[in-house]
Amino acid sequence: MHDNSTVAVHDPALLHHFAEPQQQRDAASLGMWVFLATEVMFFGGLFCAYLVYRRWYFGDFAAASKSINMWLGATNTAVLICSSLTVVLAVWAAQTARRTLLIGSLVLTMLLGFAFLGIKGIEYRDKFVEHHVPGASFSFEHEEIPGHPGQYANPQHAQIFFSLYFVMTGLHALHMIIGLGIFLWLLIMAWKGRFTPEWHTPIEIGGLYWHFVDIVWIYLFPLLYLIDRHK
Amino acid sequence: MSMPSAMTQPPIPQAAERENYLNKEYGAWSWLFTTDHKRIALLYLISITFFFFIGGFFALLIRLELLTPAGDLVQADTYNKLFTMHGMVMVFFFLIPSIPAVLGNFLVPLMIGAKDLAFPKINLFSWYLYIIGGVMMMHCMLTGGVDTGWTFYAPFSTNFTNTKIVEAGLAIFVAGFSSILTGLNFVVTIHRMRAPGMTWSRLPLFIWAHYATSIIQLLGTPVIAVTIVLVAAERALHLGIFDPKLGGDPVLFQHLFWFYSHPAVYIMILPAMGVVTEIIACFSRKRIFGYSFVAFSSIAIAVFGFLVWAHHMFVAGISVYSALVFSFLSYAVALPSAIKVFNWTATLYKGSIHYDAPMLYAFGFLGLFTIGGLTGLFLAALGIDVHVTDTYFVVAHFHYIMVGGAVMGYLGGMHFWWPKISGRLYPEGWARLAALIVFIGFNLTFFPQFLLGYMGMPRRYYDYSHMPEFQVLNVLSTAGATVLGVGYLLPMVYFLWSMRYGKPASDNPWNAAGLEWKTTSPPTTFNFDEEPVVTWEAYNYEELDAPHKEEVPVAR
Amino acid sequence: MSAHSTSSPLKMYFAVFAALLVGTALTVFAARLDLGPLNAPVALGIATVKATLVALFFMHVWHASEKLTKLVVISALFFFLLLLGLTMSDYATRLWS
Repeated sequence: MHDNSTVAVHDPALLHHFAEPQQQRDAASLGMWVFLATEVMFFGGLFCAYLVYRRWYFGDFAAASKSINMWLGATNTAVLICSSLTVVLAVWAAQTARRTLLIGSLVLTMLLGFAFLGIKGIEYRDKFVEHHVPGASFSFEHEEIPGHPGQYANPQHAQIFFSLYFVMTGLHALHMIIGLGIFLWLLIMAWKGRFTPEWHTPIEIGGLYWHFVDIVWIYLFPLLYLIDRHK
Repeated sequence: MSMPSAMTQPPIPQAAERENYLNKEYGAWSWLFTTDHKRIALLYLISITFFFFIGGFFALLIRLELLTPAGDLVQADTYNKLFTMHGMVMVFFFLIPSIPAVLGNFLVPLMIGAKDLAFPKINLFSWYLYIIGGVMMMHCMLTGGVDTGWTFYAPFSTNFTNTKIVEAGLAIFVAGFSSILTGLNFVVTIHRMRAPGMTWSRLPLFIWAHYATSIIQLLGTPVIAVTIVLVAAERALHLGIFDPKLGGDPVLFQHLFWFYSHPAVYIMILPAMGVVTEIIACFSRKRIFGYSFVAFSSIAIAVFGFLVWAHHMFVAGISVYSALVFSFLSYAVALPSAIKVFNWTATLYKGSIHYDAPMLYAFGFLGLFTIGGLTGLFLAALGIDVHVTDTYFVVAHFHYIMVGGAVMGYLGGMHFWWPKISGRLYPEGWARLAALIVFIGFNLTFFPQFLLGYMGMPRRYYDYSHMPEFQVLNVLSTAGATVLGVGYLLPMVYFLWSMRYGKPASDNPWNAAGLEWKTTSPPTTFNFDEEPVVTWEAYNYEELDAPHKEEVPVAR
Repeated sequence: MSAHSTSSPLKMYFAVFAALLVGTALTVFAARLDLGPLNAPVALGIATVKATLVALFFMHVWHASEKLTKLVVISALFFFLLLLGLTMSDYATRLWS
């Protein structure tokens, strides 16, 4: 960061209420971290509800979990992990003034994000077809509880699983869509050449948001898809 | 004693009015698209005052109904809507924003020596979110309202009521997001934008209080937000998450609801405590006793406040062991508040007390908050709670804190900083009268409610004809509410009057400590002509009152 | 978060990436073994390791110059666990007596 100490040469990116660019960068970074803390609590309420009901209705949850496609879930986990890699590559590219890599990484991140949503769409469609979407046409009859042959899951308790499944993955998908919007904007800015090694704060804080969305999925995957899979 | 009372300051030369944040630009556009934290504070001031009237209107109807034992003014369903809308509007659209969004927005940058908050555009966006939430709530009320109580418990709210839960929930969700962004702005600002020399231990305790409030706003509000999402989803799709017939647990709703709503009450009181600290220091001409204790007690209240929520659920069906834990923790949370009361009292001791209107409100706060807080301890005791839960005892308890505490803190703060905000002095005589009327009206309204609750009058009942002996106390309460209403109207009238006819204020009419008093009244758009460099401790009243120092108006 | 002049962080990023993929595979593999009551803790444990790697290295918490970032993360986790823990203090003890 150059220090123009003789005359107050105003860095065009410096907003008027900040004394210097480092302060502005630190404020933006802290702001995003604090926002992510609020998101932890937002998803946290759902994890709390999930924990309560998983304890109460473990067998029914296991039966319901068995009916969602573990391989699609695992693939999606890998997709998001790849996208987190492309995000850090984008940040590094911005830091080292590598325009092609920057734009390529941003595009790749978005493609992976769309892939995630596409796979999610397939899963949701499967659930719709099987009548596992909670509501008037929900049906979960004669599904055996894993490890308890002859015992069938309580459909109402299974509906609670699916309610939580749709709300949690739906909220997560909504955050992904917002993330794609953010990255589209970053892509446009990058294409216009707005980012420099001295100033690329939006990429850094956009990246933080994307990694957070990845972390939420890292927990959603085992909790939703892998209940009692060995039975 | 060399504190010039606002009434006896030397006259300000009526030069051509200096440029300040109010007259820099005119026109609705310049207000609706401002990013100046001071203008945004005034936008909030107007909005929350509007909602205070709405909430007060519902209170008036409630008190009118309760004048007689029979349910003869409104129908039962309507009465349910009255207390629900009163609660929702007052909690989410008045109390939670009030001090932080008005006084906090205005003063936080000034007190730390900054030009603005860290994210001025997000600050404006916060206000727009608040307005959107407010419009949604108004529409909801005008098209039928909600009748579940402000606590919208499941499964009544999810399965049985046919009132507009989803709309009210969305309005609260949006307003909640506004509050989260305000908290975010304050935390980043306080960490990153303090002027040189403004160390954490030199910060006014008002700032510590708002920092603690912001932590609660950030960490608690998202939980009620997601709860509202679940309620809306359940209502729309009959999911069963909270429906016992479908295997759900209504008590889970209460856990998630109160996880936010208990800390929310600390969002309402902590800023008022910050205001009271500033006022007591100024009008006793003394440094606050035990600065570090007061500062850390604010943080302690914020943290402990998250540990006690199930004391609202003692009779809801939680396990008795869990209830024991929450009861114990509820006693613990009173400790930091008590520490503050002791410190305020110790500050008053041997201080040079001045009875200007802000100080009258602070005194009122001290007494009423203490009573409200102590009655909270009674409620924290399981044995007592079983008897007085859902009675008027609880209603009186929380109104002592929220009205006797938070609203008085808000009014005291508005009076204290009015010269800074408007550049005018309010009429002191009328202000003292209004403070007295508020105090009398408040106690007349709410003290009888302690007695009513203890004697067994349930809350949220529109008809108490099975116990007509409750009427006398109810009539006293309603009479008090009228007096209280007069007390609230007076400041609105004379503040408005003062904007045109009030005496112009000097930079520091109270000779108070704090960076905000070192700039003009009203401040310029960027607050300070030069970035301040702080070399003195907070509350340096000995220096300010030193005999050789003269209050010489600085020529400009 | 100014540009670091550390020797290429790329190696570190790819190493973390590989670890995350291995962790995912491990999670699926372990889920299909019968570990008795340990299935859930193992799955969550691996998830926590993965999340920690993302936070420390992809989100740069490891190299964060300020303790404040770490404080924010820890606070968020603390209050999240508080929500879960105290809520479970009710549910876990309801049937005692």
